[in-house]
Amino acid sequence: MIHNRDMIPERPAPKSVIGPLAWLRANLFNGPINSLFTLIGLYLVYLLFVPAIQWAFINADWIGTSRDDCSREGACWVFVNARFSQFIYGLYPSEETWRPNIIFAGFFTLIAWLAIPRLPLKRWVAAFALLAFPVIAFVLLHGGYFNLTVVPTSQWGGLMLTLLLATVGMIAALPIGIMLALGRRSEMPIVKSFCVVFIEFWRGVPLITILFMASVMLPLFLPGDINIDRLVRALIGITLFQSAYMAEVIRGGLQAIPKGQEEAAAALGMTYWKRMGLIVLPQALKMMIPGIVNTFISLFKDTTLVMIIGLFDLLGIVQAALSDSRWLGFSLEGYVFAAFMFWIFCFSMSRYSQYLERKLHTGHRN
Amino acid sequence: MSVKSTPRPAGQKPPFWRDRAKRALIFQLLLITAVAAFLLYIVGNTQDNLSERGITTGFGFLSNTAGFGIVQSLIDYSSQSTYGRTFVVGLLNTLLVGGLGVLAATIIGFTVGIARLSPNWLIARLANVYIETFRNIPLLLQIFFWYFAVLRTLPSARESMAFGEAIFLNVRGLYLPQPLFESGFGLIPATFLVAIAASIALMIWNKRRHEATGKRIPAGWLSLVLIFGLPLVVLIATGVPVTWEMPELRGFNFRGGITVIPEFLALWLALSIYTASFIAEIVRSGIQAISHGQTEAAQALSLPRNLILKLIVIPQAMRVIIPPLTSQYLNLIKNSSLATAIGYPDLVSVFAGTTLNQTGQAIEVIAMTMAVYLTISLLVSMFMNWFNARVALVER
Repeated sequence: MIHNRDMIPERPAPKSVIGPLAWLRANLFNGPINSLFTLIGLYLVYLLFVPAIQWAFINADWIGTSRDDCSREGACWVFVNARFSQFIYGLYPSEETWRPNIIFAGFFTLIAWLAIPRLPLKRWVAAFALLAFPVIAFVLLHGGYFNLTVVPTSQWGGLMLTLLLATVGMIAALPIGIMLALGRRSEMPIVKSFCVVFIEFWRGVPLITILFMASVMLPLFLPGDINIDRLVRALIGITLFQSAYMAEVIRGGLQAIPKGQEEAAAALGMTYWKRMGLIVLPQALKMMIPGIVNTFISLFKDTTLVMIIGLFDLLGIVQAALSDSRWLGFSLEGYVFAAFMFWIFCFSMSRYSQYLERKLHTGHRN
Repeated sequence: MSVKSTPRPAGQKPPFWRDRAKRALIFQLLLITAVAAFLLYIVGNTQDNLSERGITTGFGFLSNTAGFGIVQSLIDYSSQSTYGRTFVVGLLNTLLVGGLGVLAATIIGFTVGIARLSPNWLIARLANVYIETFRNIPLLLQIFFWYFAVLRTLPSARESMAFGEAIFLNVRGLYLPQPLFESGFGLIPATFLVAIAASIALMIWNKRRHEATGKRIPAGWLSLVLIFGLPLVVLIATGVPVTWEMPELRGFNFRGGITVIPEFLALWLALSIYTASFIAEIVRSGIQAISHGQTEAAQALSLPRNLILKLIVIPQAMRVIIPPLTSQYLNLIKNSSLATAIGYPDLVSVFAGTTLNQTGQAIEVIAMTMAVYLTISLLVSMFMNWFNARVALVER
């Protein structure tokens, strides 16, 4: 018998299976049809991305102060540079921008704290973010207390206003949404039908008509001597709209909790509010976070509509800057900048929600 | 933990606040009172405000002369027409951009969604770039982009871009040849309808025969041939009773043909491209939701690849796809109200915009506008409920 006591040394896999060439063959050129598609795809990339990169980076002007500094045929980012502080703060007085800056810093710190799973004290931070922070933000932004000069809401704008509309709309809609979702699952017929009608009404009409309604009809609904700020009117409309969408997300989360949980709580003698507040909602809310983030993304994009009723959010202020006679003809740059800002926010939020979905996905995948 | 409780003497009823039914009744009565009080407060205030401003309520204004023109209308309209007609023109324009938007968004969305699952790495990446780019940018921004940055910067009518001397594109819009139907053309749509009816009959017959005998004919292809071939044959047999009116440059503008205004083009492009990115995701997740075991089982039965797709994957994927798809269609129609930002004469723009400003009848105008969208929503959700009940899995 022949024994070979030594192990045969490992040999690398054949060249036809590994390496970039094999990858190309497996993923791009396996078969004539796929090769054709690859070639078409390459041509598309050449057609779209090459001129875009040339325009945005290679042939672009970056520094300067006026349109005379835009000499090359590419993009003129000087325009965005010159208007940058307006795009972020709107018409907020420039010597007071430290106030929004503090709020921006606090806002992003809170968001990061809540989003990163490792950091402790989530519950307290969330309570602070939902209850105390909005008050601090209002006092600091609006002024009038502690010797701060008053900055009327008509001067708020830009990215600051966009974030403000989206987050305030969201925070205000959360409790209303929870109430509506619970009401829609209620066994009391009048409560249930009231909630169904409320939700379906606000979900059935476009946000723009709600904003029109808030800005035109709301003053008619109130006694003549009460005058509501235009920003508050928009916020009321956005909150009503958002709470209906939120209610549906929350209802979906509630439905995912097995009925046994509530029945067990009832068997322990808990009242309705204890059953909901201590057993069902904590479990459901955790599962709803991806859905809530998704509705927040749509709300964030939808806040651009407030420019139609005369508020200057990020898109509104860009649009206004484009009609400045000193900077005519830079609409592409303005829109690309605004699109980039919105894209960064929405894309990172949607990635976060996908990450959460994967993390929370404990079900059985077939 | 010990709970002290004294048993209630027999025959004594619990106090009313411990009785669930009574508590529910009281709570609901309170709710009704609160809502009614709120409504009364609003109505009272509104009446005071309206009488103060001298606005009369009612729908009488609908028969007044509007006095403004509309750049695009599907029915006869002039500045002498009434506000009621303005409403109809706006509604039709909304439905036009909505319908064409749904069509284009479906085509782009399904193509991109399937491309996203392509084994070809490059194609899948490109589809992903499309989806992630367009769904993360606000729709209004995209509408502005197409309108102000693309279509408004096109050359003037004299230097317009020509596609084969028939289609022209310039800053004033897109000019297409218009078909002029001669007498005898009515036969072609008639044959078209007949062909559709025949194909439906063929499908039903094929399905019954398949269930009874196991044999099937390629009814899908046959009906495609029927629906497009038959009218074509009739068209040629009757000697093509259509002439095309070409757009022609006269002076500073084009005359003749169909004019597509740039507002429509911008809105339609933005709506279709934006919604398509959502539809693509729906299609992708719908196809991925079909478990791999289904495909493998079909392969084990030695079904060919096209039949696996047609009989196993697509019917099951459609069950997952259609509910979110309809809600995207609904979103598209609601989003078409953004037309007002660039001046496309849709319902919100001409009615909740111009008419409201001219008449001051805020309540009636906004209520009518909302009612239109609510009706569309309700119709769609009724369809959804019907569809869900029809395709719902009957589980153990």
